[in-house]
Amino acid sequence: MTTPLAEVASSPSTLRAFLHGLPGVDRVGADARAAMLGTRSIKTTAKKQAIDMAIGMVDLTTLEGADTPGKVRAMCAKAVRPDPTDSSVPPVAAVCVYPDLVATAVEALAGSGVKVASVATSFPSGRSSLEVKVADTSLAVAAGAAEIDMVIDRGAFLAGDYLKVYEEIVATKEACGDSHLKVILETGELATYDNVRRASWLAMIAGADFIKTSTGKVSPAATLPVTLVMLEAVRDFLAATGRKVGVKPAGGIRTTKDAIKYLVLVNETAGPDWLHADWFRLGASSLLNDLLMQRQKMATGRYAGPDYFTLD
Amino acid sequence: MFEYAPAPESRDIVDIRPSYGLFINGEWVEPQGEERHKTVNPATEEVLAEVAWAGEADVDRAVQAAAKAFPVWSAMPGAERAKYLFRIARIIQERARELAVLETLDNGKPIRESRDVDLPLVAAHFFYYAGWADKLSYAGFGRRPTDGQGGSDPRPLGVAGQVIPWNFPLLMLAWKIAPALACGNTVVLKPAETTPLTALAFADICRQADLPPGVVNIVTGAGETGAALVGHPGVDKVAFTGSTEVGRLIARSLAGTRKKLTLELGGKAANIVFEDAPLDQAVEGIVNGIFFNQGHVCCAGSRLLVQESVADELLEALKRRLGTLRLGDPLDKNTDIGAINSAEQLAKIRELSAAGEAEGAERWSPACPIPDRGYWFPPTLFTGVAQSHRIAREEIFGPVLSVLTFRTPAEAVEKANNTPYGLSAGVWTEKGSRMLWMASRLRAGVVWSNTFNRFDPTSPFGGYKESGYGREGGRHGLEAYLAV
Repeated sequence: MTTPLAEVASSPSTLRAFLHGLPGVDRVGADARAAMLGTRSIKTTAKKQAIDMAIGMVDLTTLEGADTPGKVRAMCAKAVRPDPTDSSVPPVAAVCVYPDLVATAVEALAGSGVKVASVATSFPSGRSSLEVKVADTSLAVAAGAAEIDMVIDRGAFLAGDYLKVYEEIVATKEACGDSHLKVILETGELATYDNVRRASWLAMIAGADFIKTSTGKVSPAATLPVTLVMLEAVRDFLAATGRKVGVKPAGGIRTTKDAIKYLVLVNETAGPDWLHADWFRLGASSLLNDLLMQRQKMATGRYAGPDYFTLD
Repeated sequence: MFEYAPAPESRDIVDIRPSYGLFINGEWVEPQGEERHKTVNPATEEVLAEVAWAGEADVDRAVQAAAKAFPVWSAMPGAERAKYLFRIARIIQERARELAVLETLDNGKPIRESRDVDLPLVAAHFFYYAGWADKLSYAGFGRRPTDGQGGSDPRPLGVAGQVIPWNFPLLMLAWKIAPALACGNTVVLKPAETTPLTALAFADICRQADLPPGVVNIVTGAGETGAALVGHPGVDKVAFTGSTEVGRLIARSLAGTRKKLTLELGGKAANIVFEDAPLDQAVEGIVNGIFFNQGHVCCAGSRLLVQESVADELLEALKRRLGTLRLGDPLDKNTDIGAINSAEQLAKIRELSAAGEAEGAERWSPACPIPDRGYWFPPTLFTGVAQSHRIAREEIFGPVLSVLTFRTPAEAVEKANNTPYGLSAGVWTEKGSRMLWMASRLRAGVVWSNTFNRFDPTSPFGGYKESGYGREGGRHGLEAYLAV
């Protein structure tokens, strides 16, 4: 990295000094700002635009112990053609699966333009050795994952061992090769907005291409104020280093209304430059059908029943 | 790009009459004089309605109606008065959307603010003081020891003459009427001449709530009507919110009379940002401090005092943020900055801004299209402002921020207090000890800690120095309406 921040991680104390030197986040103020942006009224043409934008930003996700190749193939078909009755619906950005199912997804999505993302590094807890985490990453990359969603070591972060967290991200990034690295902060376990800001910067300094809120396995998952703090971080990181990093809220985003609130947040915090699947993703599964339902409602003026949208 | 399509709130919900009389003794009555004036929508200059201007004879009639209602209302058990106030609060909640639209039409403020700030606070104020009506003996002002049976509630004052401004028409009405009624007073209220419509709608709410006739009387008009009300010998208590200039005239005219007086006047508040502040939230607080309600706020954070070590960083972030403010149709749900309330106020803002430039401060506004009709002023900030500049000393009452810097906490306090006003202040720091150190030294009625322009009916509000005297809100707000 050719930025003045390269020196920050040269020792535990410089890293700590830098992260603790970031401006604090006032929780009440951040909550109020996110709530205010949540009142924006997005109607008619703007809503239409937002729905298609949101569909194109979805990382369609299945991360269950019960996942099978059949389940993943079905989800991939949905990802490419979300609404079989309407070819004007854009495909989603990516599908997100466990490493052992990457090959299945890659095969199912060949030539579609939809990317394959894989969680890695002993997702969701991250409780393993660095060797295992790197091997986990390499497995997914070798199987053809274009994007790796890693988890940080929250235990090390909360214990103040920022350098350990940093080094694991650097090692994972290296194992990614050309694949993009999304770093999951698991903000529900970091608890404070100050920690969210510090973890965001830590991940970006270590080379994250994206910072992501949550695994979806911990409650609370993505929230508007947490995403606000992360959007401020990528905005400020671009100004400081010239490098642009993406943001992915994941977990708990189920309705079109929710998704639009996130788009407004992006638009008025990081700015419209981030409103593209290269820079903003929505990690979700059930959201997609609600987006399709609202899209059809806008086109026809009527709501179709839920059975008109495929469950995959 | 992501352009928000227009999202206007429907104005069909409000039913504005072509002309309004005066609300006296529970009835709509015609004024004795012929004088009528038009109230306009400042965003479009469209005439909304014609309103009567009350003369001395009309004011006299209103005060007499209030005086006649006083024995009944004040003798009523507090729990009974509370019933009426709770009823009014509920009706306001039920009609909140209608009242918000009406407020926005008459005042020019964005519907987002009238809907999310003004109306919830109006209802909350009535709910809060309704709760006090039967607990006045426990408010800390003592019991009346005259009835030989262990005392009774502290006594109300009588007829309250209340004059309110145009910046928060219905909210200021609530601040005046709710505590007065809870304590057992009756009132004659004069709304501002440019924003009478929600007060007139409130008259209908009083009827809807079956409030006894004469307890609330509303007389519309301008300064002369206000002067007649304030000077009326039947008035026992005067409450005024408005400019320091008019407050001074009122204080002078009441000197030597038996009337009690509370004044809530101008301000030139300092919003103080230290280098260890939560900067993103401080930026929001600065925006909310001076651009909320187009800066038509007596406690607006019109002077930004920023520590020199973070001044450049903060100003860059602030300018970026101002670039996202949406100025335009106040009824659009996505509008952040609405219209200036009147041509007169717009002229004042322009005059003071021109003076700022002439005195050498640097003026900046974001690129911001201004509608062709109506009264508008873009969000504006001045950097390089010195304490001696007029824009650092005089109340502009518009969306204009003067930016000054400081080096040490002591210098921040000195500059913040170096104003004839003392209504509010804001401090931004993550360091608790510094916050307390600052709060104990700032000469201001309200000191906001890592926030700005937050209001709550339980919290007393009022000024030091030329920002007035007396407190509104909270337990303290009862004192102005009790014989204590």
